[in-house]
Amino acid sequence: MKKALVLFSLLFATPLMAQDAPAPSGPGAEEAVATADDGGLTGSVSDDKAWQDLGIAIPAFATDNNVPTPANAQGTAALGVEVARVITADLRNNGLFLPVGPDVLPRPGYPEIPAPSWGVWTGRNADMLVQGYVSAGADGNLTVGCYLYDVALQQELVRKGWQLAPADWRRGAHKCADLVYSRLSGESPFFDSKIAYIAETGPKDNRTKQLAIMDSDGANHRFITTGKATALTPRYSPDYRSIVYLSYLNGNPRIYIYDIAAGSQRLVTQSTNPTFAPRWSPDGRYILYSMAVNGNTDIYRVSVNGGPSTRLTDAPGIDVGGSYSPDGSRIVFESDRSGSQQIYVMDADGSNQRRISFFGGRAATPEWSPRGDQIAFTHIAGNFRIALMSPTGGNLRHLTNSWQDEAPTWAPNGRIVQFFRTEKNSGRTSLWQVDLTGRNLRRLRTPVDASDPAWGPVLP
Amino acid sequence: MRRQLAITVALASAITLAACQSKAPDALPPQPASSTPPPETGPVPGSQADFMAQMGGRQVIYFDTDRYNIDSVDAAALQTQAQWLLQYPNKRATIEGHCDERGTRDYNLALGERRANAAKNYLVSLGIDAVRLSTVSYGKERPVALGSNEAAWAKNRRAVTITID
Repeated sequence: MKKALVLFSLLFATPLMAQDAPAPSGPGAEEAVATADDGGLTGSVSDDKAWQDLGIAIPAFATDNNVPTPANAQGTAALGVEVARVITADLRNNGLFLPVGPDVLPRPGYPEIPAPSWGVWTGRNADMLVQGYVSAGADGNLTVGCYLYDVALQQELVRKGWQLAPADWRRGAHKCADLVYSRLSGESPFFDSKIAYIAETGPKDNRTKQLAIMDSDGANHRFITTGKATALTPRYSPDYRSIVYLSYLNGNPRIYIYDIAAGSQRLVTQSTNPTFAPRWSPDGRYILYSMAVNGNTDIYRVSVNGGPSTRLTDAPGIDVGGSYSPDGSRIVFESDRSGSQQIYVMDADGSNQRRISFFGGRAATPEWSPRGDQIAFTHIAGNFRIALMSPTGGNLRHLTNSWQDEAPTWAPNGRIVQFFRTEKNSGRTSLWQVDLTGRNLRRLRTPVDASDPAWGPVLP
Repeated sequence: MRRQLAITVALASAITLAACQSKAPDALPPQPASSTPPPETGPVPGSQADFMAQMGGRQVIYFDTDRYNIDSVDAAALQTQAQWLLQYPNKRATIEGHCDERGTRDYNLALGERRANAAKNYLVSLGIDAVRLSTVSYGKERPVALGSNEAAWAKNRRAVTITID
C-alpha cells in the first residue's frame, strides 16, 4: 500500500481543491480507456499520421508552495521542471508526437494551471498544451495534477491527479504522459510500467549476465542478481511481485521465481531436468515452461504455487517457448517438428496443435499481443528480423531489418514491440523499441549491454 | 562390431593400466607420475588433464547448423572418449552442448541439450554407464570462437566432454 499511487478526480478548477477529493486508487479509470478500443489493430496502424505531427507544449509544472522534498532537494518548483521533462521524453520517445519541453517554454504560474494564458500558446503554434502542478503535502507525499488542453479550441480535454510518495515522483510524470497519450491517440496507456531484462558485461566468450529491472524509460535502474550465475529470459509477473527467469545457479539451467519484495527465489519445478523459456499466464496463476528430457524438449504448465506439471506437447523434437493469448484460451509456441523452427498455435490444454507460419525461413520466439490481434516473432531468413503476423499466420510484416534482432515482447498496450539487437562480431547487445508501423525505431539506453527485455503491465 | 573392435584395441593397448586396475580397483592413488609406465612426466592418469592430453582435441565433437546427429568423425572421437572412460570406470563426465550465435536463445538451449544428449547416448551405446554421464546445455552463451562467420560458428556448434576429477 505504501507504493500505491492514489488517483483522484480534479473536481474543481483550482488545483488547491483537488486534495479534497481523494478517491480510492484502482485501475478503473485507465481500464475504461483500455476496453474502449479493442478493435482491429491492423486497420489502424497505417493511420497514425493524423495525430503524429501534433505539437504539444509541456511547460514546467507549477507549485503552490516551493518547499524542499525528498524527491528534489531544490524544492517542488525544481521538481516541476523535472516532471515536465519526463513527460516530454515519454511523448517524444515513442515518435508519435512532437512535444516541446519546459527548457524552452515560459513557465506558467500556479493560478494559470486551470486557466491557461491562451495567447502565450497560440503564439507558439502549439496544438496541445499540457500543464500541471506539483504540491508537497504536510505528510511529505506529493500531489501531481495534470491538465491537457486543446489550444485551438481553448478547451480542456482531460485532467487527472495523483498522490504519491516522493520516491515515486516519476510515476506521476508517467501517469500524466499516459493520460495525454491515451486521450490523443485513443490507445491504452503504457508509460507507467517497468521492464525486466538481462544486463550484459564482459567479453563475448565470458559474458556476465545479470537480472535487472528499470522503469519503462530506463530510470530507477536496479540489478537484481550479482552475475555469479548466468541469468536469462526474465518475465515480470502480471502483479509485478515476482519475476520468473532462468538461472545457472548450481550449474544447470533451471527456472526460478524471484520474489522482488522478499529478495528470495524458488524453483518452478523440482525436476532435475533442465527447464527454460518461462512465461506467465495472463492471470498470473500458471507458468509455462520448456523442459528437456533426454534431449527432447516439450512445453509444460505448472501452477505458480508449485505442484505437478501438465505436459502440453509431446512431439519428438523441440517444442519451446509459448505465449498465451490475452484471454488465456490459446498458446502460441515454436516447434521444429517440421524440420525447422516454425510457429504453432494450440488450445491452452495442449489440444488442437496446428502450424501457422508458412513463409520462407524459420520463425521463432512468438509473443501474443496483449490486444490479441497480432503475434510478434523473430523471422530468420538470412538476418534475424522482428516481424508481425495475425494469429492465423496471415499479414506478415517486418518491423526491423538488422543483422540480428530477436526476442520481441509487447508493451502493455500492444502498440510498441521491444526486442534486443546483437552486433555482428562484437556480440554486443542493446534494447530497442519499435512501433507497429515500423517507422519509429529507437534504442532504449541502458547502463551496460542488454538483452531479453520483457515489459510488465501498466501499474495501477 | 567396429566399435567393439576399437574398444578391444584400446584395451589391449592399455593393458598395463588395466592390469594395475584389476589389482586395486578402488583407489588408483595419485601415483607419482614417474612410477607408472605410460605417462612421461605428463598429467596424472585418469585426471581431466590426462583426458585432455589423450584426446588431443577429440574431447569435442562438432555439428552442422541446427543438427545434432553423430557423424563418422564424431563417432571416432566418441570412441576414443569411451576408451578412456572404460579405462577409468570411477570417473564421471559432463557433456556440454553448445550452439552458434545464429539461433534464438531458448531454441539454442534446447538444441544444446539435444547435442549433449546425442553425444551421451553414443557413449552409452559404447558401454559407458549412463549414470556416469551428465549433460548441460549452454545454448549460445559460451562461444569459443568469437567471430561472426561460418568458420567461427562451426567451432561453436559443439559438444564438449569434461571429466570430473
